[in-house]
Amino acid sequence: MINPYLPYPVRIDDIIVESEDRSLKTFKFVFLDPKDEEKFSYRAGQFAEISIAGVGEIPIGIASSPVEKGFIAFTINRAGKVTSHLHNMKVGDILGVRGPLGKSYPWDTMKGKNLLFIGGGFAFTTLRSSVVYLLHPDNREKYGTIDVVYGSRSPGMLLYLDELKEWEARDDINMHITVDRTDDPNWKYNIGFVPPIAEEKAPKSEGNTYAIVCGPPIMIKFTLPVLEKLGYDHDHIILSLENRMKCGIGVCGRCGIGEQLVCKDGPVFTLAEVNNTPKEF
Amino acid sequence: MRILQIQKTDWSAGLEKSRQDYRLIGPVKEGNNVSKFRELAAGEEPDFSISTTTMSPKSVVFPQSEVMFTFTTDSASPDCNIMKVPESSYSPRAIIGIRPFDAAAMNIVKMNFDTPDYRDPYWCDAYEACTFIGLAVTDPESCDFSTSTGTGPFDISGLDVLLIDAGEYFLVEVVTEKGSTWVRSAGFNKEADAESIEVLHSMRKEAKKKIVSTVAFENINKKETLDLYNESYWDSISFPCLNCGTCTYVCPTCWCFDIQDESDRKKGRRMKNWDSCMFPNFTIHTTGHNPRNTKLMRVRQRFMHKLKYHQSKYDKGILCVGCGRCVTSCPVNIDIREVCKQMNNS
Ligand SMILES: Cc1cc2nc3c(=O)[nH]c(=O)nc-3n(C[C@H](O)[C@H](O)[C@H](O)COP(=O)(O)OP(=O)(O)OC[C@H]3O[C@@H](n4cnc5c(N)ncnc54)[C@H](O)[C@@H]3O)c2cc1C
Ligand code: SF4
Ligand code: SF4
Ligand code: FES
Repeated sequence: MINPYLPYPVRIDDIIVESEDRSLKTFKFVFLDPKDEEKFSYRAGQFAEISIAGVGEIPIGIASSPVEKGFIAFTINRAGKVTSHLHNMKVGDILGVRGPLGKSYPWDTMKGKNLLFIGGGFAFTTLRSSVVYLLHPDNREKYGTIDVVYGSRSPGMLLYLDELKEWEARDDINMHITVDRTDDPNWKYNIGFVPPIAEEKAPKSEGNTYAIVCGPPIMIKFTLPVLEKLGYDHDHIILSLENRMKCGIGVCGRCGIGEQLVCKDGPVFTLAEVNNTPKEF
Repeated sequence: MRILQIQKTDWSAGLEKSRQDYRLIGPVKEGNNVSKFRELAAGEEPDFSISTTTMSPKSVVFPQSEVMFTFTTDSASPDCNIMKVPESSYSPRAIIGIRPFDAAAMNIVKMNFDTPDYRDPYWCDAYEACTFIGLAVTDPESCDFSTSTGTGPFDISGLDVLLIDAGEYFLVEVVTEKGSTWVRSAGFNKEADAESIEVLHSMRKEAKKKIVSTVAFENINKKETLDLYNESYWDSISFPCLNCGTCTYVCPTCWCFDIQDESDRKKGRRMKNWDSCMFPNFTIHTTGHNPRNTKLMRVRQRFMHKLKYHQSKYDKGILCVGCGRCVTSCPVNIDIREVCKQMNNS
């Protein structure tokens, strides 16, 4: 019988410092048993519990993409006990990963539709996973236009900067990178907060576009009215919620918002669904 | 259904005999007037004088603290940082004297721990190892409202065997195959005569009649979640609450838990510990933001979960069997029946 609490052992294969203040690092993990990688078959938007013996477990969105094989990756903000401990670990160290957990973005429903991704701060991890998935030759033609509005405090705080620049150069994705402010004279992208940049650059919805929004609460708050103005219905606006979690499998009762459990029924919800539930997140 | 009769003078010997095949667990009185279910030592008998134990028997399958995994953080070990499932024995155990509503609660909680997607092996393995030998409620406590929650004093829905105390003897309804195995193991085999079966029927009627406390919750199911959530009565309901969590700890249908690592130098274990939605720490984020940051929100969560969310999620009634423990134990007399009435009627 499978024990859903038992993590797969993984080894840290690489650590990439993502932000100038070193608060964000991407950890690449390799499964000790290759068979576990097969069992860990995921879709973009899902998350996992990262488990460090003696320290604890934390839910983290999967930043690698289903089309990337041989490893899984997570970008982690140093916040409290477990994340700080992880930030001090080294390549070669062993830890555990449990998952994949939760629902992915609704890839089947979104087939044939245009997609707008809006991300802010370090909440770009599962959006990165999504974009890499979509740009893969096997998947690109299954979806319409792709627009990405992604912003951060400063250029040095943007995640995956090299990839962002690569995507900028492509003609099958429209990138709208922005920073709150910068004194870099060579900055060739946008300057300004995410919501106004989205209002200016994002495509209008004619009912055939889905908006996927991930970011700090304040960004989401000001982005939703912009999307309404652009004609997005509430069931075409997709959010990924966060709550404190433990089990990650809908059993421990911790992450509930009304009758939904964020870990199992989410973390991906449409705005229409969120409107019908207590805002306890 | 097979109905047997056990002379009380034969009870102890049978119980003792069944120990060859079962570990016995039953109600006992402990210090501070607290009664609970625990494993019975050799020669120790379940205390049938206790009507409703202070603590529910949920701990039999869901201990307050339980080891999920063990691990070592010793880098010299090949298993360094790898979680190991501890050796546990799930040998057969008979829960002697569980009350029908508490056994019914097991069935409800099973919906949480045994789902089509995930199976909690700790809860499920312990549950499957149990044979539930119930004891009918013949003298209900005043805040027992079990008849209106879908169970009742003689309810067999969660039981393998039901014992009815008929004075000189027990009447024994053998409900399941598991139950019949235990009865055989104990050597009880005297069929009840027609007269005793009549006694059983009349006792059942009597017991049901004695339960006068009720709740109604059908209207709650029809109301919109957010309408109930935004009602003004939550303020007055929650006002006296101390957020002590007692109501959730004594409750047979509360299942929330925490996962915590404990270590002593290089050896450690991952624990599953009871938790409570009444505690602010239950939901607080690392950022300091707490989505249920007021007492009102936490009290509302408990009652909304029990009386609304569970109903609309499963359409199988409320997350409460009417044992009355939370009513009896609450230091400030918050009464779920009153809350249910407000939610249902206003
Ligand atoms: C679905 C989901 C995806 C996430 N994705 C990412 C990500 O990609 N990158 C990232 O850096 N962070 C992410 N987070 C937030 C991350 O889980 C928390 O920052 C982390 O749990 C903090 O743990 P800590 O031990 O460092 O903090 P402490 O405050 O010391 O945490 C103690 C315990 O509290 C719990 N906890 C506290 N805050 C949170 C919270 N906000 N969310 C969940 N559990 C919490 C955890 O169980 C943790 O073990 C995500 C959260 C969720 C729910
Ligand atoms: S027992 Fe009473 S006071 Fe304590 S948390 Fe429950 S309702 Fe509040
Ligand atoms: S809510 Fe109260 S009455 Fe209902 S099952 Fe729990 S402790 Fe018993
Ligand atoms: S984290 Fe346990 S139910 Fe969601």
